Amino acid sequence: MTDIMNATVLLSNFVIIPVLAYGSQLALGALGVTLVYGILRFANFAHGDLMAFGTMITILVTWWLQSIGVSFGPLPTALLALPVAIVFTIAMALFTDRAVYRFYRRKRSTPAIFVIASIGVMFVLNGIVRFIIGPNDQQFADGERFIIKARSFKHMTGLNEGLAFKVSQGLTIGIVFVLVISLFWFLQNTRTGKAMRAYSDNEDLALLSGIDPEKVVMVTWIITAALATIAGTLYGLDKSFKPFTYFQLLLPFFAAAIVGGIGKPVGAIIGGFVVAFSEISITYAYKKFLKYLVPENWAPEGLVQFLSTDYKFAVSFLILVLVLLIRPMGILKGRVI
Amino acid sequence: MNNVQRSVLSFALIACLLLIVGLFQSWSLMLSILNLCLISSVMALGVNIQWGYAGLFNVGTMGFAALGGVAAVLVSKGPVPEAWAVGGWNLIIAAFLFMLTVTLAIITYRRIKRGTLRLLVLSGTIILGIFATRYFSDPAIADIEAVNPALTGYLGGIGLPILFSWIVGGVFAAGAAWVIGKIALGLRSDYLAIATLGISEIIIAILKNEDWLTRGVKNVAGLPRPVPYEIDLQKSDWFINLTEWLNSNSLYGLSSIERADLLSSSVTEFSGIYVKLCYTGLFAAVLVIILTMSVMALNSPWGRMMRAIRDNETSAAAMGKNITGRHLQVFIIGSAVIGIAGAMLTTLDGQLTPGTYNPLRFTFLIWVMVIVGGSGNNLGSVLGGFLIWLTWIEAEPVGVWLIDGATGWLGGTNPIRLHLMDAAQHMRLFMMGLVLLIVMRFNPGGILPEVTKVGKLSN
Repeated sequence: MTDIMNATVLLSNFVIIPVLAYGSQLALGALGVTLVYGILRFANFAHGDLMAFGTMITILVTWWLQSIGVSFGPLPTALLALPVAIVFTIAMALFTDRAVYRFYRRKRSTPAIFVIASIGVMFVLNGIVRFIIGPNDQQFADGERFIIKARSFKHMTGLNEGLAFKVSQGLTIGIVFVLVISLFWFLQNTRTGKAMRAYSDNEDLALLSGIDPEKVVMVTWIITAALATIAGTLYGLDKSFKPFTYFQLLLPFFAAAIVGGIGKPVGAIIGGFVVAFSEISITYAYKKFLKYLVPENWAPEGLVQFLSTDYKFAVSFLILVLVLLIRPMGILKGRVI
Repeated sequence: MNNVQRSVLSFALIACLLLIVGLFQSWSLMLSILNLCLISSVMALGVNIQWGYAGLFNVGTMGFAALGGVAAVLVSKGPVPEAWAVGGWNLIIAAFLFMLTVTLAIITYRRIKRGTLRLLVLSGTIILGIFATRYFSDPAIADIEAVNPALTGYLGGIGLPILFSWIVGGVFAAGAAWVIGKIALGLRSDYLAIATLGISEIIIAILKNEDWLTRGVKNVAGLPRPVPYEIDLQKSDWFINLTEWLNSNSLYGLSSIERADLLSSSVTEFSGIYVKLCYTGLFAAVLVIILTMSVMALNSPWGRMMRAIRDNETSAAAMGKNITGRHLQVFIIGSAVIGIAGAMLTTLDGQLTPGTYNPLRFTFLIWVMVIVGGSGNNLGSVLGGFLIWLTWIEAEPVGVWLIDGATGWLGGTNPIRLHLMDAAQHMRLFMMGLVLLIVMRFNPGGILPEVTKVGKLSN
């Protein structure tokens, strides 16, 4: 019995909790990608860098707050800085739309042109972030680090395996839960939300019914920028902030959005957790876990790891390929490719 | 101004810029930049073949270039007999089992009708296949990587001249492109972009982690050169005579000791330049061959068909053109060109360093070259390759120089000034983005726009 408990705790510590946290972060990012895809109809390559931009503002404000001695008790100071960062990021997103994307929208350019434009925006944002904060790792988490510490958990339960639950993980799961529920409430019940869904479903019909496209686009950017900033800050608190890592997160975001069915907000969330679960569960070494469960002489010799952790990105891509082959529209029927 | 005048003027401008670099910085630096300009142009030509001719949105350039680099290692390095002895057979068996798995999976997929049965058989085959393959490959890889890990720890190559790898690099990239194309072509253009971006990241991940193949992040250094080594040149009589003859003016009338000093320093300096010039010659030859072939292809009926498909797939299909087939073909050709450029780059570097492959530099910068130069115009891509690479390299010294001038009044140790000086190199990303956006908006055809007969009539 203790063996089974130990195995469960081990799995929770190294797979389930990380999946919940990472999946929530991916879900927020993928929501941004999917919203832009649904409304503006292109794959936004600048999303990772928009996220990096928002996180950079959070970090700068956090540093300023720390320097004047403000803190948020046990919670990270970054949460206090977050609203300011969201405002800046929204301004940046609206500016890029006004300066870049609106022109092509009016010309009704093909998606490929939009994507190339977003590559230009990606370069510019990337340059700004590296210019201001530099290309290196930045740690900005403060306050308490753990909700449950591995050692006190062992002490409490008397098990061999400890369970650590970080504040950043708890915050991520909680904040994302609240955000997702309010986003869906907004999309389902408010006038603007309904307009957005109508516009995403059928642009011409929406225009005929008097929906103002510029307003829909504006609201989309506001939501996307806010989600990107929050996702970036949570990811940075959980791991660390590095511009290049944020750029690379683009791939799991796209994978999550496409796996779930692109253009579908619920799909993005499902996709986020599917991608996170596969990335972590395929690269986890199950040796210790199996040792608890199987009789002693059956215990495996190797690590029982399907792929080395360096192939994390490859895993999200493999899922992407599988979905494209088997069910190109994604789990929930998204836009036809 | 017509296109010919524009081309001449733009290339004259590039030549002037290179001259300025040569006169004010150094000729050796100018040649290094020129060599990379030539390689970038070949890469840009590859992207142009895919995007400019056929409208295929491939952002996996980095992966194909890296495959070219792998080819350079596998062709030029000598084999490691110990590694082959300990792990060769197991690895061959593993490779055979892997191919068997893939074949069986494809057969199951084709022969059994869609449904639960197919899913079960297919996943059963794949899982069994993976376990069988890893049963042989895991110990083989462990054995190979244990062979003198500080120096080898990999299988090595076949020890042929490295020039041969330029062709092999193209073949590797073409093979990868065939597999990728089979999976991803036919998707919407921006999906193809996401798919290729992902595949290029996977290729780099494999290069970084599969030590038995290319030593992973331990890098493979000291690749043999296709051109002479400086040290050999400095010892050979004909080279010293050549230097003496070239410098006869400045050597004239010096005392014998001064003369010997000056001569030996000139020989050292000139040997470096001579080696770079040899590379320039090789790269320029490749560029000219590929450019000529591209221009001929674009002006042939095949090129017109590609453009017809790009501009209107439906009507081209109605004319009986095989859209998927042609797309696959052009995707493979373009990728092969990128693979050749990748092999050339690794040859120039003399080493394969998987850690340095970065999508901003190897994928998106190439795209900036194509768009700025003029997509659909081969000469435009070459121009873009030269112009953007020159800007990319020179942006750093110029940026530092500008910021130095602008913040000089702050004093030498001012933290803002120091930060700005330090960060000046990142401004080039910003600049590239800005250039791309401005060209796309105000001059969407690029510097040298595509030339079409239809275009002349309609204007």
